[in-house]
Amino acid sequence: MIRFRLERRLDPPRYLNWVVPVVSVLLALVASGLLLLAFGANPIDTYVAMWNGAFGDIFGGEFYSVSETLVRATPLILTGLAVAVAFKMKFWNIGAEGQLVMGGIAASGVALFLPDAAPGIPQNLVVYGLLMGGAAILAGALWALIPALLKAYLNVSEIIVTLMLNYIAILWYSQLFTTSWKDPAGFGFPGSALFPEYTWLPRFFNTRVNLAIFIGLLAAVFVWVLLSKTRAGYEIRLLGDNPEAARFAGVSMFRNIILVMLVSGGLAGLAGMGEVAGISHKLQQGLSANNGFTAIIVAWVAKLQPWAIVLVSILLAAVFVGGDQIQMTMGLPASVAQVVQGVMLFFVLGGDIFSRYRIRVVRQHAEVTA
Amino acid sequence: MSADLIASILGIAIFAGTSLTYATIGEAITERSGILNLGVEGMMIMGAVTGFAAAFHSGSLTIGVLVAMAVGALMALLHAFVTITLRADQIVSGLALTLAGTGLASFIGERLGPNNGPLVGLQGPRFREVAIPGLSSLPVVGEALFTKDLVVYSMYLFIPLVSFYIYRTSPGQQLRAMGESPATVEAMGIPVLRYRYIYTMVGGALAGLGGAHLSLAYTPGWSENLTGGRGWIAVALVIFASWRPARALIGALLFGGVNAIQFRLQASGTTISPNLLNMAPYIMTIVVLVLVSSASSLRSRLGAPAALGIPYAREERT
Repeated sequence: MIRFRLERRLDPPRYLNWVVPVVSVLLALVASGLLLLAFGANPIDTYVAMWNGAFGDIFGGEFYSVSETLVRATPLILTGLAVAVAFKMKFWNIGAEGQLVMGGIAASGVALFLPDAAPGIPQNLVVYGLLMGGAAILAGALWALIPALLKAYLNVSEIIVTLMLNYIAILWYSQLFTTSWKDPAGFGFPGSALFPEYTWLPRFFNTRVNLAIFIGLLAAVFVWVLLSKTRAGYEIRLLGDNPEAARFAGVSMFRNIILVMLVSGGLAGLAGMGEVAGISHKLQQGLSANNGFTAIIVAWVAKLQPWAIVLVSILLAAVFVGGDQIQMTMGLPASVAQVVQGVMLFFVLGGDIFSRYRIRVVRQHAEVTA
Repeated sequence: MSADLIASILGIAIFAGTSLTYATIGEAITERSGILNLGVEGMMIMGAVTGFAAAFHSGSLTIGVLVAMAVGALMALLHAFVTITLRADQIVSGLALTLAGTGLASFIGERLGPNNGPLVGLQGPRFREVAIPGLSSLPVVGEALFTKDLVVYSMYLFIPLVSFYIYRTSPGQQLRAMGESPATVEAMGIPVLRYRYIYTMVGGALAGLGGAHLSLAYTPGWSENLTGGRGWIAVALVIFASWRPARALIGALLFGGVNAIQFRLQASGTTISPNLLNMAPYIMTIVVLVLVSSASSLRSRLGAPAALGIPYAREERT
């Protein structure tokens, strides 16, 4: 009888780091296609329609579709980085969604109420951009500080706490834009008043692509430097890979949990600011669009590498935008996007075994005599 | 508080807590065997949508429940394969199960209705209340406990049975042991990995059953976000219950009770906005976890299976 035996790779070759995820993603597309087929949808037509929705006629000089994909990718880049920083030390921040929402609320609060409350503050983009960004980082970081402190002091599971805080943040934000922050001149429609125009992040080339995507790219540089070039990053990686060794080396788990969650929450908060100041220009339905959850897929498929996170964000954003497209043109539910993304995560997760282990075929009797 | 009010709250608490109880016990069994499955929310919501769809098309509640349990078990099988055979991270695989399950549930909710249409808004068969003669006329608690549906009554039987299995039988003892020290159990000649597969699937089936109780009894019908985080509350309740089935019921009743009070407040025309009222179970989950972790940090750590979440590989035994 033939059996498979797994041998741990002591020194995995570097190329596996990208070959395995790429192959996994491709296989995931095949598997999702079979799933689509099972529910009576033609997978090839679906994928073609999704590609057209996400990238349009990009080679023919049509950039609108791809610009929408970049718009969709922007919050994913920031939340993906947020999640990756925490995952790097195996701190499971599932709360990027709530931290994003809190950031959005804080930025909206600044844009809606500060001009009246403090008319002395110069009313221009630079000042207000910094104020909104600062408020969003602070709000996201403070929201993330709750699970960090509970974990550090009482060893309360951060998974549950961050997740519950998502629900609470989303309910609070719904409460705000339907009641106390609702625009009195809004004819009863839910949503806040429009922000003053000087708080809007500048857009480029008549598309909705705005400054926030550059904030996302800067954040990728920041996270890359933090994780690979600083002492704090070294400690974070050590705590994630080998907590025992970290303890022997005198690395403080406590301090790093707090640091990591401040950074993580702050980045997610910035994503919320990008959404309200760059896209909606008011607080309304749609701020919570599952970005914080999709971020988990982004981070893991990207193997927690900042540069890969940017690329994977664009890939998953394309799946989202393509999903919206097939809803319109093919009458398929837009949730196809979530299914495809979920399957991708499974394949990348399962495929990881090929980078960690060498798979040997052994004959049963050989094992017995050995 | 009047006896009537208590009875009414208890009645709703049981009804609301049934899905939680099944899901919590299921996850407790899975975790006892050493596997952490954070996919409960995904398995529950898939159980809810497929259970409703199956009952709708077949007209049979039994088929609905069986399909929900089978779907839950199949999803758990995927988790088992990815984490046990492919040795992937249990936390991420569980999250993946929840993310994929939520997406797939809303996808098939739009496709499994008549003519490939949506299931949303359809009325299908539902579990009816069956009063148990005699018991239901007990004072105060009679109606609250014994004018319920069959899934609730099964829960009354299931809890003592599963407790007996875990604490009084030899396979139950092995189940507890393989979560503490899989190598020891393996040395006794028991195939740990195979049993971990089985117990992970049992947990999935129970999560699916919990989901089916939602879509076939508690809030009959299908709508997106039907589970509303109940799967995650179940994961938290496992810790609250120290992995014990009977305590899972107590925890689930606590959360069911919060639901009941929410209902009463809303019915009495409170001025508190529903958004704020709906925060209650989530805030309570955090508070309960904090209390459990701080009041008995030692005991709760002892309650957790020592090998929970740690992959077990026969040839890498240390």
